[in-house]
Amino acid sequence: MRSSSATASCSPATPDIRMDWPALLLSLRLSAWTLAILLPIGVLLGRWLAWRRFGGKPLLEATLALPLVLPPTVLGYYLLVAFGGRSPLGSFYDSVFGHSLVFSFQGLLLASVLFNLPFAVQPVQRAFEAIAPEIREAAECCGLKPWRVFWRIELPLIWPGLLSAMVLTFAHTLGEFGVVLMVGGSIPGETKTVAIAIYDRVQAFDDPAAGLMSLVLLLISLIAISVTYLTSGKVGRPHG
Amino acid sequence: MAEESLGLNVHLRNAAPIALNAQLTCAAGELLALVGPSGSGKSTILRGIAGLFRPAHGQVRCAGQTWYDTDRAIDVKVRQRQVGFVFQSYALFPHLSAIANVMEGLGDGPRAQREKRARELLARVHLAGLEARRPATLSGGQQQRVAVARALAREPRVLLLDEPFSAVDRATRERLYQELAELRRELDMPVVLVTHDLDEALMLADRITILYRGVTLQSGPPFEVIARPATATVARLVGLKNLFSGVVVEHRDSITLLRWRDGVLEARLQQQFAPGAMVSWVIPSAAVLLHRRDRPSRGERENPVAGTVASMVRLGDNAAVSLRIAGETNPLAMTIPLHVVRRHGVAMGETVSVSLLADGIHLMPAHA
Repeated sequence: MRSSSATASCSPATPDIRMDWPALLLSLRLSAWTLAILLPIGVLLGRWLAWRRFGGKPLLEATLALPLVLPPTVLGYYLLVAFGGRSPLGSFYDSVFGHSLVFSFQGLLLASVLFNLPFAVQPVQRAFEAIAPEIREAAECCGLKPWRVFWRIELPLIWPGLLSAMVLTFAHTLGEFGVVLMVGGSIPGETKTVAIAIYDRVQAFDDPAAGLMSLVLLLISLIAISVTYLTSGKVGRPHG
Repeated sequence: MAEESLGLNVHLRNAAPIALNAQLTCAAGELLALVGPSGSGKSTILRGIAGLFRPAHGQVRCAGQTWYDTDRAIDVKVRQRQVGFVFQSYALFPHLSAIANVMEGLGDGPRAQREKRARELLARVHLAGLEARRPATLSGGQQQRVAVARALAREPRVLLLDEPFSAVDRATRERLYQELAELRRELDMPVVLVTHDLDEALMLADRITILYRGVTLQSGPPFEVIARPATATVARLVGLKNLFSGVVVEHRDSITLLRWRDGVLEARLQQQFAPGAMVSWVIPSAAVLLHRRDRPSRGERENPVAGTVASMVRLGDNAAVSLRIAGETNPLAMTIPLHVVRRHGVAMGETVSVSLLADGIHLMPAHA
């Protein structure tokens, strides 16, 4: 970490070195994969939680919401322990894939999926909850098969919630720092994300680079959020 | 028998959370109104027919098919029951246009064919020209029509209407009554209408079933149920006011003699009640005739009763008058045209005499 700071700070005058492109690409790749994995999970889990009543539901919901309130370093610590070579998961992974889960992109992705669960599930769950039971019953009475009810009725109605879940997950992954540092470390090209690169630059007093990368993250996040608002403005008002 | 097999036969029993003991039948082409106060389980029964509610015990048979039978472990899925369901809130798909809503009920056929059929159905409910509109941009009455068109799209074996007129204003409701009355002449499946409004049921239904606290109390042609309630509870539920207690004295020729207060009334012959039996009895206000003071009128010798005017409320061209009768706690209600009120000087506190027409006196088992 120190060494990478030192090499970068040697050439502060060269503008194309300021931007840590591999770190940004890694962040985008991590966000895209997290999104791809969490999208179906969010829809299935959100739908299930919205419409099912069972004993341990509050506890399950609380557990899912934990990443919202837990300090990222604490979450990262537990994941580090859980993924480590001495844990059942870590040793199993090691024996199958021949390398450690911690400090690898796969480990980072698994951590990212876990800590983004509430961002992917909650908006979708709320959106499913907002569908009146009669609407689903009417669809059944129309003779629609379950997949068609989902595709034609439920999906268009939850779309604003789903979109905000996607944007939140994507933007949150892009900017996550604590968990990434704990589980992934800062291996360039493997686990060094743009958020860590920014921290790295600040540590090295390379303010222009930190500023540029921060601006890029800010713009990506702003664009993503704006897309949600613009789109939900169009489709989010099916009732009026 | 053939008609029976095309009709609807329902028997549902459930203890908790919703207590239910309901039995109803509706022949093909018949409109049955399920009437009862709010919370009496009307919608639950409708949902039971559609398969959206599964009672602990019960049978639902429709068009010769068994959809639900707890004894034989039959439970046909909602989407396979082929019901047309018009929800109280209409439950239109808010993101789809009127025509797309109807097309969802038309199955998987070629799109052009479904669109043509949906257009026909919307025209049939007088919505031609509004096909592209979203539900939110339609009035309550128009939404109800889309819901009806969507329910008919499946070519249902039974049409279920859950308080379909409760969410629209009075003028629209009257128009929709008219439309339903016209539409149902073309329908050959059983139609079950749930309503808390007795007048609505009387206007539209071929038969009504009275429901109270989950129990179906009486079924029959509307005016028969109104005139001949089986129990005092039914009499109260159908809004009959003049409900009293008495004792059967004897049956003689074509009349039954009934002891009421300290006198004896003549009633229509009702031999199912043994002499000495305690009974409840009811008389519609239309069978209570005011005696003219100037000259004798028809039926003056028929069960004459005197009472003082305890209240008088003007309702349009009529006055709703209640008389206090000595020895009776319940008042006697009657409706008198305003001009009669004026001519006879009926006023608060005045004593008037009336006849209770024997033919209108209906006996029921004494209520607990």
